[in-house]
Amino acid sequence: MNDSELRSTVVATLLSIAPEVDVALLRDNRPLRLQVDLDSMDWLNFLIGLSQQLKINIAESDYGQLVTLEDLLAYLRARLPHTAA
Amino acid sequence: MFEFKLPSLGADMDEGTLLEWKVKPGEAVHKGQIVAIVDTSKAAIDIEIWQDGTVQALLVEPGDKVPVGAVLASLTAPGETAPPATPEAAPAAARRQRISPAARRKAQALGLDISALTGSGADGVVTLADVEQAAASAGAPIPAPAQPPSPAADRQLETRRAIAAAMSRSNREIPHYYLLETIPMARAQQWLEHENAGRPITDRLLMAVLQLKAVALALKQYPEFNGLYQGDQFKPAAAVHLGVAISLRQGGLIAPALHDVDLKPLRPLMQELADLVKRCRAGSLRSSEMTDACVTVTNLGDQGVEAVMGVIYPPQVALVGFGSVAGRPWVDAEGKLGIVPTVTASLAADHRVSDGHRGALFLAELRALLQQPEAL
Repeated sequence: MNDSELRSTVVATLLSIAPEVDVALLRDNRPLRLQVDLDSMDWLNFLIGLSQQLKINIAESDYGQLVTLEDLLAYLRARLPHTAA
Repeated sequence: MFEFKLPSLGADMDEGTLLEWKVKPGEAVHKGQIVAIVDTSKAAIDIEIWQDGTVQALLVEPGDKVPVGAVLASLTAPGETAPPATPEAAPAAARRQRISPAARRKAQALGLDISALTGSGADGVVTLADVEQAAASAGAPIPAPAQPPSPAADRQLETRRAIAAAMSRSNREIPHYYLLETIPMARAQQWLEHENAGRPITDRLLMAVLQLKAVALALKQYPEFNGLYQGDQFKPAAAVHLGVAISLRQGGLIAPALHDVDLKPLRPLMQELADLVKRCRAGSLRSSEMTDACVTVTNLGDQGVEAVMGVIYPPQVALVGFGSVAGRPWVDAEGKLGIVPTVTASLAADHRVSDGHRGALFLAELRALLQQPEAL
C-alpha cells in the first residue's frame, strides 16, 4: 500500500464515521479532532475501523501521538505489514 | 378492537411522518414487535406495539404526517373475532432496509426507492454516499432534488423548534437548581489504562461508561432524581434507565435509554453504549428506547468544556452532566498542591421533588463511587 492509498483508506474510514466532512478542507498538519467533530466513541470507532482494515494493533497508550492526520499516517505507515509493492 | 396510536417519543415531539409499515392487515403481532417506522423531527424511529393482536386495518399511508395520538391502525385483541374485512391493499412489509437519517432524507428528496438501494456501511447500512451513487447511476440530478418533502433547512428549523418548545416548557415548569462537584479522576484513569492495556481495541472501555455506571449506582441511593413528574406528582422509577445524550451529526441531540445500567457490568454496558450510538446514527432506534429514560446524562467533555449546566428533559426531574477530564491544580487530603486529572460533575434537579442538600449528597456519592473504579 502506497502513501496515497493509505491516505484514501484513512479518509474513507473517517467519512464512514463523520459523513459530513468536506475532505477538501482537511488540513493534514492540524489536530484532526479540532477539524472534525469526533467524540471519544467516534474516535474509538475510527481507530477500530483503521485497525481492522489495515490489520494494525493501535495501543491505547499511543493515542496521545495521534493528533494530526500527518501523525496518524506516519504511525500507520510504520506499522503496515510489508508488501511486495 | 383496539387502536394503535402514534406514541409521543419525547417532550420535543408533537407529530411524526409514517415512513414505512412493517406489518400488513391480517398479520398477528406480539407485544414489543416493530410495526412501523416513523420519522420524528430528529430521527427515524422503529415503533413497537405494546399489546398482542391481529392487524385489521392500516389507517395511515407512508408519507403522511400525523399528530401524536393519531390512530395509525386498528387491531383485534387475541381471541376477538375480526369484523367483516375491508379490502385493503397491503403494503409489502419486506426486509428492513437500514439507512442513515441523512441518507433517507436524500433518497426521498431524490425520489429514489429506498428498498432498492444497496448499503455499503457497517451491517449493510445505506449511507449518504450509497444514495448519491445510486442517484448518479440512475441519472438523477443530485444537486437539484426533484420533490423535496422537507428541505434540509426546513428540517433544521423544525428540529430547533421542537427542542426550543421542550426546553421552554422545562424552564417554565421546572424550578431548576444546579450543583457542581469537582471529582478527582486519577484512580479511575489509572484503573482504566490498566484495564485497557493489552486488550484488543474492540474490547476497550471508555471513561464515559465508568461515569454512567457510577451515576446509576448513586441514583439507586437517591431515587428522588430518577423518575418522572406527571400529573402533579413525582413517580420514582423502579429501574435505572439512563438517557444518554448523543449528538446527531446533522444537528440536534437525542437521548435514548440505556437500560438497567446499575445492574450491568462495565463491558456489556460498553457494548450496549457503542450499539446505541451506532443505531442512533444509522436511524434504527426503538420507540421504547425513546421513552424509557428517567434521568439524562450528558457528557460534553470531549468538546473540552469545564462543566454543563443542563436543562432538564421533562417529565424527568434531573440531568447529570460531565465536563472534560483534564489535569488541573488540586489540593489533596494532606494539603499538598499538585496536578491531578479532575472532572466537574453537575446536577440540574427539580425543586418540586428534591432540594440542594440531597443533591449535594448525591454528587458526593458519585464522587466516592468514582474513587473505587474496580467496584463499578
